[in-house]
Amino acid sequence: MGNIKVNDNDQQIATPIALTELIAINKVLQPDMVSVQVNGEFIDREAFGSTVIKDGDQVDFLYFMGGGAR
Amino acid sequence: MNLTDQQIERYSRHILLQDVGVEGQEKIAAGRVLVIGAGGLGAPALLYLAAAGVGTLGVIDGDVVDLSNLQRQVIHFTDDVGRAKVESARAKIAQINPDVKVITHQAFFTEDNALEIIKDYDFIVDGTDNFPVKFLINDACVMGGKPFSHGGILRFEGQTFTHLPGTACYRCMFGSPPPPNAVPTCSQAGVLGAIAGMLGTIQAAETLKFLTGVGELLTDRLLTFNAKSMNFKTVNVRRRERCPVCGAHPTITELHESEQAACEFNPRQQ
Repeated sequence: MGNIKVNDNDQQIATPIALTELIAINKVLQPDMVSVQVNGEFIDREAFGSTVIKDGDQVDFLYFMGGGAR
Repeated sequence: MNLTDQQIERYSRHILLQDVGVEGQEKIAAGRVLVIGAGGLGAPALLYLAAAGVGTLGVIDGDVVDLSNLQRQVIHFTDDVGRAKVESARAKIAQINPDVKVITHQAFFTEDNALEIIKDYDFIVDGTDNFPVKFLINDACVMGGKPFSHGGILRFEGQTFTHLPGTACYRCMFGSPPPPNAVPTCSQAGVLGAIAGMLGTIQAAETLKFLTGVGELLTDRLLTFNAKSMNFKTVNVRRRERCPVCGAHPTITELHESEQAACEFNPRQQ
């Protein structure tokens, strides 16, 4: 098991784990819409599949939020 | 400029603040702020910026007030239904604070007018409701070297950050607009009215911080909150070296508004 942080919350998870799998485990509603930072660096969407999350990593999921005017 | 006795009284609660004082109030009075969209976010932002005595407030919106706006767009009143939003906003601002010079643009913010409109302002507030325009505002402000406050709300949540030249931009965080209808807007999914007030007020506070130079702006950080839990979170974000608009080798060098196929939700087609 490893300890990672997802949006500042501690998460215990079997590491290493593929980013795509972490997205699935965290039940991200629209996986193709989420923006991801690992240890403060944005990951290109095309690299989600090849990105591996290790023990101690800090992962941030950022979501689109579009409303405002009308 | 020198404040009159009346102005010193009007702005006394600002002037009492050690960080603001008379000097800060004069900076606010010298400020030129453009609010894009006089809707859910723009309404509270405009009310507070007007009350604060921002010298010049620009408002751009091509819409008219609709009955369904009144649940959250607090600058518009029941009698304003059918009236141009910029005119409704101008009337309220004049009543709140005659010191403020209001410049209205009864139009939508497009790739054709974007750079021309923002060039006269010190700070821009994004109060729009759709992704293509949010990206357009980002790109125009990056290209024009203008600071801006980004804001988005949905259901019970809000999200905002402030951009200064050289700090992370919207494209650093989100790349490009989501496909039409992939992410709902407020007009599709709804929003708690007070959320608009919370977020628009944060944007107004950032604007006043920028004008006065007080505090630390919400740069390189994305603030999100969920009113159901009332949890606020900030995620530190880093400017992306490969960002298509603000990175080292930008691929976006001229403004181009992406398509929003969801025609019924596109204000420009109404």
